[in-house]
Amino acid sequence: MTAVMGTKMLRKEDPALLVGENKFIDDIHAPGELWMGMIRSTMAHAKINSIDTSEAEAMPGVVAVYTGEQLAEMGLWLAPLPCAWPVTEDIVNPPHNPVAVGEAKHVGDIVAVVLCNDRYGAADAAEKVVVDYDPLPAVGSLEAAVANTAMAHSDLETNKAFHWPLVPDPEGTEKAFAEAAHTVKAKFIQQRMIPSPMEPRGCMAIPSPAGGDITFYSATQVPHILKVMIAATTGIPESKIRVIAPSVGGGFGGKLNVDPDAILSVTLANHLGVPVRWTETRTEAAGSSHQGRGQIQHMEVAADENGKISSVRVHIDADMGAYMMLITPGVPLLGSFLYTGVYDIPNLAFTCDGHFTNLTPTDAYRGAGRPEASYAIERIMDMLAAEVGITPEEIRARNYINGGEAFENHEAASTLVFDSGHYRPAHDRALEMVKIDELRAEQARRRDAGEAKQLGIGMCSYVEICGLAPSRALGGLNYGAGGWEHATVRMLPTGKIEVVSGSTPHGQGHETAWSMIIADKMGVDPNDVEVLHSDTAKSPLGLDTYGSRSLAVGGVAIAMAADKVIEKAKLIAAHQFEAAPEDVQFEAGAFSVAGTPSKSVHIQELGFAAFAAHDLPDGMEPNLQEQVSFDPPNFAFPFGTHACVVEIDTETGGVELIDYVAVDDCGHQVNPMIVEGQLHGGIVQGVAQALFEEAVYDEDGNINNPSFMDYLVPSAMEVPSMQLDYTVTPSTSNPLGVKGAGEAGTIGSAAAVMNAVCDALSPYGVKDMDMPATPKRIWEAIHSNANNSNGGAA
Amino acid sequence: MIPAAFDYTVAESAEHAVQLLGEYGDEAKLLAGGHSLIPMMKYRLATPTQLVDVGRLSDLSYINQENGHVAIGAMTRHRDLETSAVLAEACPMLAHVASLVGGPAVRHRGTLGGTMAHADSASDLPAAVLALGGTIVAQGPNGRREIAATDFFTSYFESALAADEMIVEIKVPANTGGWNYQKFNRRAQDWAIVGVAVADGGNGVALVNMGSTPLRASETEAALASGASAADAAAMAANGTTPPEDLNADGAYRTHLAQVLTRRALEAAAG
Repeated sequence: MTAVMGTKMLRKEDPALLVGENKFIDDIHAPGELWMGMIRSTMAHAKINSIDTSEAEAMPGVVAVYTGEQLAEMGLWLAPLPCAWPVTEDIVNPPHNPVAVGEAKHVGDIVAVVLCNDRYGAADAAEKVVVDYDPLPAVGSLEAAVANTAMAHSDLETNKAFHWPLVPDPEGTEKAFAEAAHTVKAKFIQQRMIPSPMEPRGCMAIPSPAGGDITFYSATQVPHILKVMIAATTGIPESKIRVIAPSVGGGFGGKLNVDPDAILSVTLANHLGVPVRWTETRTEAAGSSHQGRGQIQHMEVAADENGKISSVRVHIDADMGAYMMLITPGVPLLGSFLYTGVYDIPNLAFTCDGHFTNLTPTDAYRGAGRPEASYAIERIMDMLAAEVGITPEEIRARNYINGGEAFENHEAASTLVFDSGHYRPAHDRALEMVKIDELRAEQARRRDAGEAKQLGIGMCSYVEICGLAPSRALGGLNYGAGGWEHATVRMLPTGKIEVVSGSTPHGQGHETAWSMIIADKMGVDPNDVEVLHSDTAKSPLGLDTYGSRSLAVGGVAIAMAADKVIEKAKLIAAHQFEAAPEDVQFEAGAFSVAGTPSKSVHIQELGFAAFAAHDLPDGMEPNLQEQVSFDPPNFAFPFGTHACVVEIDTETGGVELIDYVAVDDCGHQVNPMIVEGQLHGGIVQGVAQALFEEAVYDEDGNINNPSFMDYLVPSAMEVPSMQLDYTVTPSTSNPLGVKGAGEAGTIGSAAAVMNAVCDALSPYGVKDMDMPATPKRIWEAIHSNANNSNGGAA
Repeated sequence: MIPAAFDYTVAESAEHAVQLLGEYGDEAKLLAGGHSLIPMMKYRLATPTQLVDVGRLSDLSYINQENGHVAIGAMTRHRDLETSAVLAEACPMLAHVASLVGGPAVRHRGTLGGTMAHADSASDLPAAVLALGGTIVAQGPNGRREIAATDFFTSYFESALAADEMIVEIKVPANTGGWNYQKFNRRAQDWAIVGVAVADGGNGVALVNMGSTPLRASETEAALASGASAADAAAMAANGTTPPEDLNADGAYRTHLAQVLTRRALEAAAG
């Protein structure tokens, strides 16, 4: 049997998806189901004087209308919605009720809920609920929150939620900046992003006719975490809760939360004894699903006369939104360790203040803290290059860890240890693929000729932290859970193999990847492998999918469980052969005795032997089933270099991405086709931040673009055909040598694109530009050079 | 994204549709391709209680060349304009503009009559018909009447159509004179931030998304008629307009874009 891992095997998931056989949450119905219609605050911050539900209650099909106050009195839950990552001991975390009581804190905050036997009826009835508000001063932006002139929570005296420092050597920082030949300082704004998975969020809770059990269907990335959190929040015992994630159409972090709708549907279903469900509309999502990014970064670097960097000093103001969601305060911390990037920078000083605003809460969004960090260091590298008077590629070459040569176990200034890296080959390959010399010549020609369409070339060398995570490391960060992953591998009586995965796919292709790992480990056909997942009754233990962790933690657990199955099967084979186990070989799925070719048995044939248990070695338990909870000793640190070319129409401000090259290193690859897909999508999501997407709020906290007409998610039409290549530097953090690829594209691409935009505009004295680089911003920058945070002509 | 309740009737003919409009009055809306109306209903920006489906009136789907003009049935889909051999020969500009509307799904559903009646100043085809000097044929309870495109658009999403009238045909002059269409947007599928249609070698210049309706750039047209250069005439493109402001552009930027795009369209049309 030839190796399956490393091949572009077609995904096992796709035939059912392509013919529409898969069931997503909105395809699933239960008899007697009631639809929730949410009445959401239309004001960012307001006192709720009264809520008149009488007209809504009289609407056809309406079963009940509950206000926040009524629900609080009913006592359906024990605790407000959970925040599992209180980053400091003294963090401020005001209660986040599933339905607001007394005060609404953001546009979209639920103030009442309608239950109706029809989805359309629920929407009609929700319109008839009359809420009398008294507007309160609203904190409509992160800048306003920092200024502290109005309070997002009326009963607090500050908007600041926490201060978190990572300053291992403050004297070293002072000294580095005092002695620097060059210092560069910049302010970067990470605009709010709306994670826009193809499938919106939705859920349905179905109570059992007897016994008090609840089955909860949710379009979630995290069924296991949700089960624990629903139990902790509602008081319903874990043993009575079954969470099922049906087919889930993407998440990007947007589906890893414990949202009000989850607690409402579970508790109301429990209370009323009927199924209760909800599916968000896209417009609703702007206020009902958490957003990503939302940071202001104050970034400084100190360097010697050659541009060798001695220190990075960064302060972040991070927008929590109105409430702490599941891991809201921890997101900026995930980036804290990456502000030195791929560089050998001996000193880092990082501080972060979290602030409340009266805007939609923020939380994890593809990359979660790491794209922001990568953006800040990679933008400022270009600024430093300009300051020193060398090219972007030269400033990077002078600063790479270990001079760009291969390394293992490098301790960074953050005190984190990078598992492995080899940065220069990806750098060289990316520049070769993008044809840097030809581009620079063409750029010079167009500049000399004064052509309307100018070229910009940008690069980004990134490193990221994934494979979340070593449980002890998470504990050190005050995270409320571990980072292990669980797997079970069973050889069934028929010789088929059942894999139970704790990590939960929402489009990635786990079934394919896990089958490939088993196929190679056990020497079987990948089609003989069935993967169970996404249902806490079938897979009781798991920590789900986020932080590019599935393969580097969950996939490794599966490989380790397979090894244990093989080990046990070998004992059975040896028993059958009447040979010593140490004389038994295992190759391509078959056990044999060295030098006795007639004695051979395939591992799949042993499934029945282990099941029947007629003739097992003395004392051996029947069945071939092994499980592993793998807790990685370290994170994994994928890296790579991206390079891209933009063409800017200087007359209109129009910007077009005309080439994109990515050379990534995620260690060994299980299925390069899946890696390629992750990179394509990830890169476009970073391009989206650089050029297209931004949740735009007015100063009163109203969102101006809560629909896909105005919130511009780019399509295939807006990106060129990308050129991808890879280097392979195995991780030392796990036995498969794998890293992660889910977020890498996003972490590398926004900076590459903005470096290209700023390169194109450098003749106009533009040093920086805020994201997204819209045509209007570009045109204004060309003409007034005023529309960026770092202003000022050179 | 959940529309209010409405009733739905399939019209059997244009006469039947007009009769239904007369019966239901303001409560009724005609449904053609639905790609503008249905989203507005889902956002509850439009809440008609009666939809009259005219999209199935296949006898209103045709493209015929006759007596120096092309007559296009109101229910002709954008995709049919885009691929029409008649238009390719007699009025290639209209076919080209149709090819730039939305994406393929929109073009396979959207109709020329529907987009004209919707009267969105940001739509491509109304401005193209305006630049071409087209004519809208409307059917009412008392028969048909013709309305010049220049008189048709009256305000935001409003036209000279009476409540009980329906567009049945659009006529454009057969014209292969120098033409060009410039559409500036951020994503391929979006409405134009600004668009400029030049027809008949510059005798017709129309602007997209520069006011409450599609507009003729009349000062540009007049300057060209008196022999001004493309660049000089284009500098007047936005004169007299009150461009809208939104997340993509303010008035100053739209004015600038109109000038640049008009110059490019005129140069390309002459080229």
